[in-house]
Amino acid sequence: MSASRAPRSPWLPKLVVAPTFLVSFLFIYGLMAWNGYLSLSASRLLPNYEFVGLAQYRTLFENERWWVALTNLGIFGGLFIGGAMALGLLLAILLDQKIRGEGVLRTIYLYPMALSFIVTGTAWKWILNPGLGIEHLMHQWGFENFSFGWLVDPDMAIYCVVLAGIWQSSGFVMALFLAGLRGIDDSIIKAAQVDGASLPRIYWRIIVPTLRPVFFSTLMVVAHLAIKSFDLVMALTAGGPGYATDLPATFMYTMAFSRGQIGLGAASATIMLATIAAIVVPYLYSELRSKS
Amino acid sequence: MVSTSLKSMEEVRNGTLLSLPLSPSLDAWSKAWTTACTGTDCGGLKPFFMNSVFMVVPAVLISTALGALNGYVLTKWRFRGSELLFALLLFGVFMPMQVVLLPMSQVLGQLGIASSVWGLILVHVLAGMPSTTLFFRNYYAGLPDELIKAAKLDGASFWQIFLRIVVPLSTPILVVTLIWQFTSIWNDFLYGVVFSGADSKPITVGLNNLANTSSSVKEYNVDMAAALIAALPTLFVYIVAGKYFVRGLTAGAVKG
Repeated sequence: MSASRAPRSPWLPKLVVAPTFLVSFLFIYGLMAWNGYLSLSASRLLPNYEFVGLAQYRTLFENERWWVALTNLGIFGGLFIGGAMALGLLLAILLDQKIRGEGVLRTIYLYPMALSFIVTGTAWKWILNPGLGIEHLMHQWGFENFSFGWLVDPDMAIYCVVLAGIWQSSGFVMALFLAGLRGIDDSIIKAAQVDGASLPRIYWRIIVPTLRPVFFSTLMVVAHLAIKSFDLVMALTAGGPGYATDLPATFMYTMAFSRGQIGLGAASATIMLATIAAIVVPYLYSELRSKS
Repeated sequence: MVSTSLKSMEEVRNGTLLSLPLSPSLDAWSKAWTTACTGTDCGGLKPFFMNSVFMVVPAVLISTALGALNGYVLTKWRFRGSELLFALLLFGVFMPMQVVLLPMSQVLGQLGIASSVWGLILVHVLAGMPSTTLFFRNYYAGLPDELIKAAKLDGASFWQIFLRIVVPLSTPILVVTLIWQFTSIWNDFLYGVVFSGADSKPITVGLNNLANTSSSVKEYNVDMAAALIAALPTLFVYIVAGKYFVRGLTAGAVKG
């Protein structure tokens, strides 16, 4: 805190950051409040500031499509978070074995992250397409009965989204875990090796538990990615077939911008915000407190 | 994907996922670039690509510069409540952007920059600021305070310290932030689809329209070429600067 007792011009730094902070806070909290108010209003095609209380929320939770979106978020969130974390951790552990070409592999694993979900979605749509992609390939290889129509099957399409999502994100998860692994003191591992512990045992008993903080931050990042997921669904299935792969994010978009149900869209956005806040606020609180 | 983009449509239909093109050609690429149909007009991806370029460059530069400045003040010129301000800002990193969509479209309309590239730039700068501030703050927290104190004793001003001492020491974090902002803004779809007008749609929206155009025949070779065009700039950045990016990440830039 010594810097704060500077002898000269202590007002200048504040003045410099004031505008950006002001605008940022207006952007974050101002618009959040505005959205909150919209969700309590009778807005439909145009914003209408007549106060109607919780009516929009009641409509929302009576809407079958919203429940589909929530169920999908559950399926997608669970599998995507679990899958990306498991695969990312596995990749990180494999890369941590001081193998040759690590730098190259690491960069290759990170490439999917450089791509937009739209690009990923477009590519996966083709790979998963029953007529041309994997199914076609298997048929050509002689597996005539192989069928892989997930993308057009309302019950299975959401798993396609999961698959593409995991493919996209596990490289990033790997980078975070690898950073954590590199931070572990080598001497602990050496000591365990001297005691005759096997490598999987060392990882399971010593390394993974010490990664807990990294584990936690990664979970945060991936979980909030899952809740915000929008592009991937739009590119891969556009919420279809029907609305079988709707997530809250796409539901909000459809209601607010193509169905002319602004109030309903705002209400669903508020629910998303509340979900994320419930995860993130305690996390931020503990992070910042432990630091100071 | 690359191999499919070099095939003719006939080959795509008859061949398989993994087979290589028999007679590679760039037809699909040039079609994707100049004549492919996105919705109703058929001008290829070129205009979308240019929109993205016009949007990305200023948005990345402005948000990075402001992030650096904020990070510098928050670590080296702390004042009462600056930690609280930072915590409040940090929530913006995680906030679901769906919450701002509706009000923001009203604000952009009021400012008269709805449906223009300027509106998109503004939104991206605002949305990117929490993350850039976070990156720079974490990095600058590691710069020794003594350095700044010594400079102050020598009578250096706020701006002199920033420009002469702090900025020259910022290369690693600058690279990370620039790459991060570049990829996220280039790849953004949500703001693009909500806030852009006919003439300001970014490449992701163009690609999505192209891939979802319901023409009678699905031209996967053109789709793949288009997807690659949309991915090239970010892939290029990763290939060139990926090493520094990973190094920066491992230095703890992303940890909250």
